[in-house]
Amino acid sequence: VAEFSFTDEQAQLRSAVRKFCADNCGEEAARRLMESDPSFDRTVWGRLGAELGVLGLSVPEDDGGAGGTLVDQAIAVEELGAALACGPLFGTAFLAIPALVAASAGPVRTELLPNLVEGRRTAAFAVADRAGAFDPAALPVTASDSGALTGAVERVVDGGAADDLLVAATGPDGVALYAVDAAGPGVERNSLATLDLTRPQASIRFTDAPARPLAGPDEADRVITHAFQVGSALLAVEQVGAAQHLLDLAVGYAKTRMQFGRPIGSFQALKHKLADMLVDIEHARSSAYHAVWALTDGSDDPALAASIAQAVSSAAFTRIARDTIQVLGGIGFTWEHQAHLYFKRASTDAALLGSAEQHRSRVAELVLDNASADRAPWVATGAPA
Amino acid sequence: MCTVADSDRVAELARQVVAEHDPRNVPIPDYLGACYDAGLSWVHFPEGQGGLGVSRGLQAVADRILQGAGGPVPLGLNPMGYGMAAPTIREHAQDDDLKRSWLRPLATTEDLWCQLFSEPGAGSDLAGLATSAVRDGDDWVINGQKVWTSLAHRARWGLLLARTNPDLPKHKGLTYFVIDMHGPGVETRPLRQLTGQAEFNEVYFTDARIPDAHRLGAIGNGWGVAMTTLMNERSALGGSGSRRGAGTISDAVSLWAARPDLHTPVLRDRLTQLWLRSEAQRLTSERSRAAAGVGGPGPEASIGKMVGAELNQHIYEWCMDLLGAEGILYHGYAKKMDPDSEGDWRGPIQQRFLRSRANTIEGGTSEVMRNILGERVLGLPGDLRADTMAWKEIPRG
Repeated sequence: VAEFSFTDEQAQLRSAVRKFCADNCGEEAARRLMESDPSFDRTVWGRLGAELGVLGLSVPEDDGGAGGTLVDQAIAVEELGAALACGPLFGTAFLAIPALVAASAGPVRTELLPNLVEGRRTAAFAVADRAGAFDPAALPVTASDSGALTGAVERVVDGGAADDLLVAATGPDGVALYAVDAAGPGVERNSLATLDLTRPQASIRFTDAPARPLAGPDEADRVITHAFQVGSALLAVEQVGAAQHLLDLAVGYAKTRMQFGRPIGSFQALKHKLADMLVDIEHARSSAYHAVWALTDGSDDPALAASIAQAVSSAAFTRIARDTIQVLGGIGFTWEHQAHLYFKRASTDAALLGSAEQHRSRVAELVLDNASADRAPWVATGAPA
Repeated sequence: MCTVADSDRVAELARQVVAEHDPRNVPIPDYLGACYDAGLSWVHFPEGQGGLGVSRGLQAVADRILQGAGGPVPLGLNPMGYGMAAPTIREHAQDDDLKRSWLRPLATTEDLWCQLFSEPGAGSDLAGLATSAVRDGDDWVINGQKVWTSLAHRARWGLLLARTNPDLPKHKGLTYFVIDMHGPGVETRPLRQLTGQAEFNEVYFTDARIPDAHRLGAIGNGWGVAMTTLMNERSALGGSGSRRGAGTISDAVSLWAARPDLHTPVLRDRLTQLWLRSEAQRLTSERSRAAAGVGGPGPEASIGKMVGAELNQHIYEWCMDLLGAEGILYHGYAKKMDPDSEGDWRGPIQQRFLRSRANTIEGGTSEVMRNILGERVLGLPGDLRADTMAWKEIPRG
């Protein structure tokens, strides 16, 4: 399907996820879950996987998925982002499942994928990234000859409650990706208090932890890089969904909040701020879905498309979250109002898998450093024409 | 509907025109006349008026063949004619004979057109304009002044918005006309702009006359008719190339590549931000094209116009910052009295930098664009108005 063309089935998928979120996610659920341990509802997560089938939309049918495209997965993620859905989306759906799909067939892949897709188990991706890219030279975990892992990975999103951990480690033959049972021996997890209470993290220490190889040295780099690129695109789409929710909220408030005897949205100072937020969300949506399409049909360099999406969407969501609080005024600074939940998600999403600045830097490397001077424009020198 | 049969027919007709009138050998008006007679000037217009009554999306099929064979881009030769006058005439002229008599010479570019909307006292507040049209028998008598009129000195016809009833609220007292730019009482003077060029004109009307038959739309409905024209203008201004890195950003990127001696990390990051915004806007245009299919221009074109205008300014500001002391030289302000509408954009970086100041003013200021986005797209309430009384009682100055 041509880029940016959505099918009727995709529109139905969007409505179904939106309906599910209206019943099971949203502010009230988030407030309840962010105070609990684990900070998500295993029953709702299981229904997202088994009933709604939105955790593995782009997973082949033979592996227990829906056999759709990454565009389908993105649509579901956008809606879940709008509703601030709580659960290990980042660890499981953004990174672990794409890594497993990219890995060659094997018993570990066959065992793990269906359970993650069905929402029976969750996963975390214990691979430190360097601004959304994989750096095999800097791995903090080593694998012994017998495949036992030793080392520590800091700040693993969704790592505290995950059942399966995907861990990159340097072994005797090189860098490989391993699967570790989080409940097994030699795994020590320390939950960390996070700015965004709905997106938990843990530091994980491995001490001779039994591990099974998932992607060997011949393909680990490709598999992990692919997972980070898909994760970057899906994280960008989540930001688009959440930012749109905030823009709708801010616009609705500006239409009804009366000051000086008139709706505050009639003041140009606010109207123009909201117009700029609209431009930002439209740019973010275009960039995020472009990355999704690039990863679907290979129509663009996935590294460049993912960095464009991350740079644009992270900047857009943080700006929109910031400005939404400003439009709301005092109420927007209270714990009671939902704005801060999204603002904290915005700060978190912007930092995960590389900041806007880091991705901008990568875009510069890709498009500026080898640019051609062939069509350089004329510069006047002071000599009369 | 856009059918395969229609598409084949358009392509076949275009190939026939090219075969019978090789654009490399026949004069441009003859070639464009042949296009008009074949119904290929604007394929969605009715037959006999330069169209075929088929889907607007098929124009691209015709243009690919007609321009691919070496034919001109008519929008560049008669921009107000093709971009604004033709759709307005088609929708609002009083009868088919009149439509045909205007459209064919417009299409051939023998008759150029101009747009007479803005006035010294009515820019963003276009509906407040003061040029008057007073009925006198079968004619209207026009008095007043227009400004920022491209091509007025070469145009045969002008699209004129004038006040026919000062006793009504401002939007309701306007009527839309076509005026003969060669008629008595019409005086055109070039208007020199800050680049030194004279790309635009001032036009003065002193008892100029227009037959009532040259009125477009009903008396008092000028504002509604003008909206047809303006939406087409903003759509034309907001449209951008679909190739990554094309457009204004290519000036900055190739200048960056050409001048490694001037590189700094700060300039590199600023350029990357500009590149990203250009790319995000390009992708947004692609996405709205995919969503709109074959429809006409909508309010999302206002995003493209606004972003494109501000990007142009920021990109040339960046170029000047890169050049530093070299940038404050010029090639002279030689006055050109035969305006070339694209002269500034073909000039050196410094001239483009100066010209870009107009981008956020012409065709709707960025402030008005943000009002449109806020009110028409987001549905925010309008500002409190101080101009709802009869036009003649509105404070002016």
